[in-house]
Amino acid sequence: MNKGAALSTAEPKGASRWALRMHSLLIYVFFYAPIVVLVVYSFNDAQLVGDWRGFSLGWYEAFLDNDNIQESIWISVKVCIASTVISVVLGTMAALSLERFRWWGQKAFDAVLYLPIIIPDVTMAVMMLAFFNETSQLLNLIPGVDLSAGLEKLVFSHVAFNISFVSVVVRARLANLDATMEEAASDLYANRWQTFRRVTLPQIMPGIIGGALLAITLSLDDVVVSSFVASVGGTPISVYVFGLARKGVTPLINAVSVVMLSASMLLILASLGFQRATQFAREEK
Amino acid sequence: MNHSSSAVELKNVVKKFDEVTAVDDIDLTIGDGEFFSLLGPSGCGKTTTLRMIAGLELPTAGSVLIHGEEMGLKPPNKRPVNTVFQNYALFPHMTVAGNIEFGLQMQKVPKEERSELIEWAINLVEMDGLSHRKPTQLSGGQQQRVALARALVNRPEVLLLDEPLGALDLKLRQQMQIELKNLQREVGITFIYVTHDQEEAVTMSDRIGVMHEGKLLQIGTPEDIYERPTTRFVADFIGRSNFLEATVASENEVVLSNGDRLQLQSDHETGESVAITVRPERLTIHKKRENSTNQHQIDGVVDSVVYLGNAIVYSIAIDWMKLEVRSSETSNSRYSIGDEVTVSFDPSYVSVVSG
Repeated sequence: MNKGAALSTAEPKGASRWALRMHSLLIYVFFYAPIVVLVVYSFNDAQLVGDWRGFSLGWYEAFLDNDNIQESIWISVKVCIASTVISVVLGTMAALSLERFRWWGQKAFDAVLYLPIIIPDVTMAVMMLAFFNETSQLLNLIPGVDLSAGLEKLVFSHVAFNISFVSVVVRARLANLDATMEEAASDLYANRWQTFRRVTLPQIMPGIIGGALLAITLSLDDVVVSSFVASVGGTPISVYVFGLARKGVTPLINAVSVVMLSASMLLILASLGFQRATQFAREEK
Repeated sequence: MNHSSSAVELKNVVKKFDEVTAVDDIDLTIGDGEFFSLLGPSGCGKTTTLRMIAGLELPTAGSVLIHGEEMGLKPPNKRPVNTVFQNYALFPHMTVAGNIEFGLQMQKVPKEERSELIEWAINLVEMDGLSHRKPTQLSGGQQQRVALARALVNRPEVLLLDEPLGALDLKLRQQMQIELKNLQREVGITFIYVTHDQEEAVTMSDRIGVMHEGKLLQIGTPEDIYERPTTRFVADFIGRSNFLEATVASENEVVLSNGDRLQLQSDHETGESVAITVRPERLTIHKKRENSTNQHQIDGVVDSVVYLGNAIVYSIAIDWMKLEVRSSETSNSRYSIGDEVTVSFDPSYVSVVSG
C-alpha cells in the first residue's frame, strides 16, 4: 500500500495529535471569541463596554426605546431587499449575456462590469455622490423615484456594486453548465424562454441564491458608500452604528449587534431548513 | 429518388466559421425510412452537417429541406427532427420520465397521451422501472437509452444521432449497434447517424456518405463503399487496402509499374497516374507458378507472417512494393518467410482511384 495514502487516512498520534487539536481550538477561539465577548457585554450594566458592572437588560430596553435605531434598521432592510432583488435580476442577465452570447463591445462591458469589485469603496462612494449630483434631476423623472428622500440613492448605489458580485457568482455556475443542454431543450421544441425557465434557471439557481446572499450581506455591511450617499433622516443601521461608535462605544452598540446577529442567524437557519425540505420533497417524489 | 420520398435534402450546403470552411458545398438526398451514416475522421464536417439539419447551426450558403420543406432560418424547436447528442445532454435536475416528457410538454401534448407515450418510449428502450431515477444514477449505457427515448417519444420525422455510442465500451457498443438498427426498423423513422467508426457505419447503415475535409467524397451502400471506393481516401479510411501505382492506358486499361496490363474500367484520362486498390482478403496466395485461370498474377517473396487465429496476414514483397494478403486458410498450405509465391486477384474486385 502507498505510504502517503496510509498516513493521510490514519489518526494522528502523540504530539502531532495534540498540536492539531490546539490548532483547531485556536482557530475557533479566533473566530468566535469576539462574538462571545460582544454578546456577553451587551448585557453589561455599565456605560462603557470594557467595564463589567453586572447583568442587565437595560441596553436592550434602550434599543427598543430608540426610534432612530429602529428606523435605521428598517431603512437597511428595505434597501437590502430592493437592491438585492434588482441586482440579482440584472446581474443574472449580465452573466447570461456574457456567457451565452457574442456581441459588439462585449469585452469592454466584461471589463467594466467587474470594476466595482476592484476599485476601493471610497472611490466608489465619491463616484456615486458625483453621479447623483449630476443626474438627480434626470433620475427624479423616473416614476416613483424621489432622490431627495435618500432611500433611492442608497438602493441605486447598492445595486451598482452588487450587480458585479452577483454576475461573478452566477457566471461561474453558468460556465460549468453544458451548453448542449440548452441545445437539447431547443431541439425538444422549447423556445428561448422555456429553455431558460425549465433548463437553465433550475441549474444556475444555486449560483443565483449564492449571489443573492452575497448581495444581502454586502448591502447590510456597507458603511462607506452608504455614508456618502445617505440623506439626513435616511441613515442605514451600519452608518448609524458607525456614528454611535465615534461618540464612544456603549453596550447599546453591542445590543444592536446582537439583534442583527440573531436575525441573520435565523435567516441562515431558515434557508438551510428550506433547502433540506425541498431536497426531501424531491427525493420522495 | 423523387421529392416526396426524400426525408432530408441538402443542396449546395456550405458552412464557414470565420475563414474556415467546415462544410464545402454538399449535395445529399436521404430517403424516407433510411438509415444513413455520415462517416469521416474528426473535423471532417460531419457533425456540422448534422447540426445544420437540426437547426443548431445555420448554413452559410445552400438550403436544407426536410420532407420537401425549406428549413431556412427556422430555429431547432420549429423543425420536425430530434437529436441524440454525443454526451446525451440529459437534464440532470429531472428524472428519466421528466426528461422524456419534456419534448411532449413543450408540444402541449395532453397529459394522458403524454403518459402513454412515455410508457411506450421507456418500454422501447427497455428502461422499465427506472423512470424515477435521476440521470446521474444511471450507467452510461442507460443514459444513452434515455437520450434515445427522449428523442423518439416525439415521433420525429428524422432522428439525428451524433456519435451516440462514442462514450460506451466496445462490448456495449456492439450490442447497442444491433439494438439501434432493430429499433430503427421497428419505428420506421429516418436515422441520420454521424460516426467516425467505419465498422459501426458498415454494420448499421443502408447507405453511407464518406466525408473528408468538408467534402462528401462518396455516397453508397456499405458494399459499394467497401468494394468500389472511388477515391484513395475512402479506400484507405474504410478497412485496409493495397494501393498499386498505375497509369491509365485507355478507357478500359491501366498499366501497372511492372508493365502488366489490367482490363479495368475507369473514367480517368489517358496517361493519368492512378492507383488500383485491392483489399487484402481479395488477394490469393499460391505456390509460385501454380496457375489459376482468369486472374491477374504477380510474383513475390513472403516477407512476414502474422497469425491472427481466424486468419493469417502475409506481407509479400513484389518488385516495387509490399502487398498485404489476408488468408482465411489457417491450417493447410501455410507459407513461411522467404517462400517464393504468386499473388493473384480477380480484376472485378479492384477499383481505380486517383493516384
